[in-house]
Amino acid sequence: MNNLLLKVEGLKAGYDGLEVLRGVDLGLSRGEKVVVMGPSGSGKSTLLKCIVRLVEPWSGRIFLDGEEVTGREVDLRKVRAKTGFVFQQYNLFPHMTVIKNLSLPLEVVKRMPRSEAERRAMNMLKAFGLEEFADKYPLQLSGGQQQRVAIARALVMDPVLLLLDEPTSALDPELRREVLDTLFEVARQGRSMLIVTHELDFAEAAADRLVLMDDGLVVEEGDPWELLHTPKSDRARRFLVKIARSAQSVA
Amino acid sequence: MESLFFVLGIVPGLVNGLWVTLQISTVSFALGIVLAAILAPLRIFAPEPIPLIVRGYVEAFRGTPLLVQLLLIYFGLPSLGVKLDAYSACILALGLNSAAYQAEIFRGAMKSIPETQFLAAESLGFSQGQTYRYVVLPQALRVAAPALANELITLVKESSLASVIGVVELTRRGEYLVAYTFRALEVYVAVALIYLVVCTLASQAVKQLESMFKIPGYEKVVA
Ligand SMILES: Nc1ncnc2c1ncn2[C@@H]1O[C@H](COP(=O)(O)OP(=O)(O)O)[C@@H](O)[C@H]1O
Ligand SMILES: [Mg+2]
Repeated sequence: MNNLLLKVEGLKAGYDGLEVLRGVDLGLSRGEKVVVMGPSGSGKSTLLKCIVRLVEPWSGRIFLDGEEVTGREVDLRKVRAKTGFVFQQYNLFPHMTVIKNLSLPLEVVKRMPRSEAERRAMNMLKAFGLEEFADKYPLQLSGGQQQRVAIARALVMDPVLLLLDEPTSALDPELRREVLDTLFEVARQGRSMLIVTHELDFAEAAADRLVLMDDGLVVEEGDPWELLHTPKSDRARRFLVKIARSAQSVA
Repeated sequence: MESLFFVLGIVPGLVNGLWVTLQISTVSFALGIVLAAILAPLRIFAPEPIPLIVRGYVEAFRGTPLLVQLLLIYFGLPSLGVKLDAYSACILALGLNSAAYQAEIFRGAMKSIPETQFLAAESLGFSQGQTYRYVVLPQALRVAAPALANELITLVKESSLASVIGVVELTRRGEYLVAYTFRALEVYVAVALIYLVVCTLASQAVKQLESMFKIPGYEKVVA
């Protein structure tokens, strides 16, 4: 292993006979922020889930932080505890208060005493200006607030890598801004991020690299600004048009 | 008028039987809920053939009369060397029977928990057991609460079958009174009214509890 934090080699995966990922190769260095774009159905979510084995890879190898995630005797709970996952639909636990959503994983997974877990959870909420919601329940918050709590929950575990799957796509346009601001803030803190998003702002301003996926393969990657503004290949150009369309149909 | 005084006169005696009725129904409900909380996840998550066995259990207890189950446990088990007093046999029969119904209630409730909740818990590093305990079970319990409450009320009524094997609960008390007063109509009306009052109060109490345990904001999503 060189200094790559994440390395994906020849990854194939799918669902009952349907091959979705057809041999994905991807690397991510420590501290790097990589944006993945691709039309709907191209396998972006499947890729993120495979990295923490929420979906079982069919073949290929995945290395994370010096450990083979696809290895035989890997401790999956440890792998998942050191990655943060943010879903499109926030996925907070609706029956727990906001602060409990953050402190419970610390207690259960990191075996932290409750008082310490709650202290850290509160600090994390404060860092994102969410402390006023500490004792509220997730479904009492707006979608944007819920997603910011979900990001805080992922970060309170202090993950080596943050995986985000279209964190703004489920939100109304006016709520996207606050989540995007939070994402920029996380990016500034230097956390390693692999983020699927069609937010061009974020890709241009915060990402170190842009990866374009289509039909289960990485078809292009490089500097975000160059790829988006001066696409060299015809393929990249056609592709960006395709993404623009699919992003519109989502919104 | 005289009948009314007669009925009022026998109520204290019947209430003694009511305590036994309530004991039997709550203890067997508790036994049922514990078993169901184990059986339901086994049926959903365990590898075959465990789900098949659980299903067999559920079908067996739901597909045969409770009275027959009670007689089997009280009179049948001694042939296998398991001899239970009437009270224990009754709790066991009602508890095992209720477990079958409650397991189905739980299974339905667990299936209503979205896949994304499992993904969220697992992505944080929760084990399957922790996911069940902290994420699935508490939500499933809330979803299942109304049906579970109905099950408890059903148990209060079904516990009257215990009278058949000689447990002196409410119904059996009534039978005794009939035996020495010969006034079956008044006595059984009184017995029925006591069941009615208890079950009505219980369902009111349950509604209160439900609103206490409601997840804030949930109704928005469900509606
Ligand atoms: N749980 C699943 N079961 C079956 N098919 C799935 C499942 N999840 C995704 N798919 C299919 O896999 C393909 C890729 O999906 P996904 O990885 O979600 O793509 P993207 O995130 O790029 O939109 C799609 O055709 C989708 O229908
Ligand atoms: Mg997706």
